[in-house]
Amino acid sequence: MSADAATTISLLKPDSRTRRRNAAEARFRSYGIAAIVISVFALVFLLSSVLTNGLSAFTQTFLVMDVTLDAAVLDKSGNRDIEEMKKVTTIGYGTFLQKAVIAELEAKGISTEGVSAAEVGGLLSKEASGQLRDKVLADPGLLGKTIRFETYATGRVDGYFKGRVTMESAALDKNTSPEQLELADRMRAAGLLTVSFNPGFLFGPDASELRPESAGLGIAILGSAYMMILVLVMALPIGVAASIYLEEFAARNRFTDIIEVNIANLAAVPSIVFGILGLALFINFVGLPQSTPVVGALVLTLMTLPTIIIATRASLKSVPPSIREAALGVGASKMQTVFHHVLPLAMPGILTGTIIGMAQALGETAPLLLIGMVAFVRDYPAAPPEGFFDPAAALPVQVYNWTQRADPAFVERASGAIIVLLVFLLIMNIIAIVLRRRFERRW
Amino acid sequence: MEAVAKDISVATDAFGGNKIEATNVQVYYGDAHAIKDVSVKISERSVTSFIGPSGCGKSTFLRCINRMNDTIDGCRVDGTITLDNEDIYDKRVDPVQLRARVGMVFQKPNPFPKSIYDNVAYGPRIHGMVRGKDETDELVQSSLKRAGLWEEVKDRLLEPGTGLSGGQQQRLCIARAIATRPEVLLMDEPCSALDPIATAIIEELIDELRENFTICIVTHSMQQAARVSQKTAFFHLGKLIEEGPTEEIFTNPRDKKTQDYITGRIG
Repeated sequence: MSADAATTISLLKPDSRTRRRNAAEARFRSYGIAAIVISVFALVFLLSSVLTNGLSAFTQTFLVMDVTLDAAVLDKSGNRDIEEMKKVTTIGYGTFLQKAVIAELEAKGISTEGVSAAEVGGLLSKEASGQLRDKVLADPGLLGKTIRFETYATGRVDGYFKGRVTMESAALDKNTSPEQLELADRMRAAGLLTVSFNPGFLFGPDASELRPESAGLGIAILGSAYMMILVLVMALPIGVAASIYLEEFAARNRFTDIIEVNIANLAAVPSIVFGILGLALFINFVGLPQSTPVVGALVLTLMTLPTIIIATRASLKSVPPSIREAALGVGASKMQTVFHHVLPLAMPGILTGTIIGMAQALGETAPLLLIGMVAFVRDYPAAPPEGFFDPAAALPVQVYNWTQRADPAFVERASGAIIVLLVFLLIMNIIAIVLRRRFERRW
Repeated sequence: MEAVAKDISVATDAFGGNKIEATNVQVYYGDAHAIKDVSVKISERSVTSFIGPSGCGKSTFLRCINRMNDTIDGCRVDGTITLDNEDIYDKRVDPVQLRARVGMVFQKPNPFPKSIYDNVAYGPRIHGMVRGKDETDELVQSSLKRAGLWEEVKDRLLEPGTGLSGGQQQRLCIARAIATRPEVLLMDEPCSALDPIATAIIEELIDELRENFTICIVTHSMQQAARVSQKTAFFHLGKLIEEGPTEEIFTNPRDKKTQDYITGRIG
C-alpha cells in the first residue's frame, strides 16, 4: 500500500529532475540577460565617450571684427594689379591683421595690459592672414573699404572656452599665456569672440598640425562618398551576377566547390592584405594614381564582394523552390525565372547584404593607408568622374590621422569625425531598412 | 505479358487517339533508379490518374512529361515519350516550348507573389501570345472563367494572388496553367493541401476541363481517382503495375498488388 502511494507523483510538487531542468533554464536566461546588459553598457559607454569628446568639434570660437583694408599697405603700387598685389605675403597680412585687432580693441576700450602686440595677434588662427589675403586677391575692389571679417580664433583660445585649456595649463604652455586667455575673456564679453556652429568642420579641408581650429572633414567626406558610389557601382552588379550564376546556373562540381570555399575564405582575409594587393595591382601594375578614390574603391570592392556574394546567395537560396517550379511550369526560361521571380523576391536580402558590406567598407582604414589615402590633401577633388582620379582623403583615415597629432584639439576633432562617420553608417542602415520594407511590402 | 499489353491497347482505343505515348521510360536520380521501364499511353481529352503508394515514382513520371526533371541535378531520363508522335526528349526540343504546351499544376498552390491578373497574364506574355492590353484582358478573363474563379475575383484582379484562400489559389494556378493554351495539363496532387469543399470544386473543374485538355493527375486519394478519371495507372516501387479504364482497375484489378493497394492492404 505504502509503496503504491510513493510511486504516485503529485503534480503540485515538482520532482528533482524537473527542478534541475527549470534551474538550468533560469541559469541560461540569466546568462542571456547578463550578455545583453554588458553589450548595452559597452554601447552606451562608447557613444557617450564619443559624444562628450566630439560634439564640441562642431562648434568653434570665431573672431568677428571690422577691418579697413588699407590700400597703402596691401597694394603698394596702387594700380590694383593682381600680380603686384600678390607680392604682399601672408606675413604682411599677418602684421596688418595684428594692427587691426589692436585698433579694434582700443576702439572698444578693451585693455591689452600685460599682453604684447604679437600675443594679441596670436589670438587669431594662423589661418586668418591667408583667408584675408585670398579674399582681397579674389576681389581687389574691396581695397579701401571696411569689411566685416570673421575668422577662427586660435585653437588654444577655443580650447579655453571649451574647457580643454585652463589657466594652469596655459602657464606651462609656451604658445599661450594666462594673460592672453584673460584678454580672450574680455573680448568674449565685448562680443568680439563668439562660439558658434562651425560649417568649416564639415565642409573645409584638413589643416596642418599648427592650426587645428581650421581643420575640416570636407575632403574626407567627399572622398568617402566618391568611394562608396564607386563601390556600389562595381560591387553590386559583379556580386549579384556572380551569385546568380553560382546559385542558379553553375553545375555543382569540384570546380564550383573550390570557388565557394574561396569566397568564404576571402570574406575572412584581413583587410590590410587587400591593401597590399591594391598597391601591387592597381598602383604598381595598372598605374592608377595614388591616394585617389578610384583605387580606394577598387580595393574596397574586392573586400566587399565576398560579403555581397554570400548574402545574395543566401537570399537566393531562401526563395521557395515552388516559385521557380511555378515559373518553369508555365514555360519561363531559366533566365526569365531568375529575373522575373527569384531576383525580386531575393532583393531585400541582396540590398541588406550590399549595404552591410558597404558600411564595412566605409569604416575600413587599413587598406586605404597602404594605397596612400593617408596623404595630407588640401585641394578638393573635382566633380565626378574626373574627381575619382584626384587625390582625396577618407573619413576613417582622417580619424586615424588626427589621433596621430600632438595638439589635444585634434582629439576633439577626431571624435567629431567619428560622430560624422557613425551618422553616415546610421543613414546607410536606415536606407537598408527602408528599402527592405518597401520591397517586402510589394508582396 | 504480351496478352496484358494487348489488353491495354484495346482499352485505350476506347478513348480516341493517344496524345502521349511513353515507351520504356527509365529515370535515374544519380545512382537511384526511380522509374523502371514504364510504358504507358495517355489518350486525348480524358483524365488519366496515376495512383500508388508514396515514393512509387508517379510524381517523377508526371514530371517527365513536361521535362521538369531537367531542372534537377543528376537526374537522367532514358526511353522515349512522345507528344503527338514527336519525341519530347529529342535534342532539338526546347523544354521551354514544350512546357507552354504541357502545363502543370503543383501539389501546393504556388501563385506568384504578384497580382491575380499578372499571375494569369505572365505565361501568355512571355510566350508572346497576346498583343496589347485588350487581348491580355480577354485572355485573363477567359482563363479565370474556365478555372471557375472569375466571379470570385473579378473585382480584385490587382490584389496579390497570395491573398486568396487555398482553394482559390489552386484554381488561380489552374487558370495560370491554361492561359498559355496548353494541350496537356499535368496535376501533381492538386487537392492534397485543400479542404473537402475546395477539393470538390477542383474535381468538378477537372471534369469540365476534360473537354479541351488531356489531363494527367497524380493523386493519393483513390476516391478522387475513381471520381475524376477515365483511365488509371497504378505505380509501385518505380514500376507501372497496371493501367486501364478506371472502372476496371477499381472493380476488377488484374494484378494482386493493385488489388491490395485499392483495398488498403498496402500503401
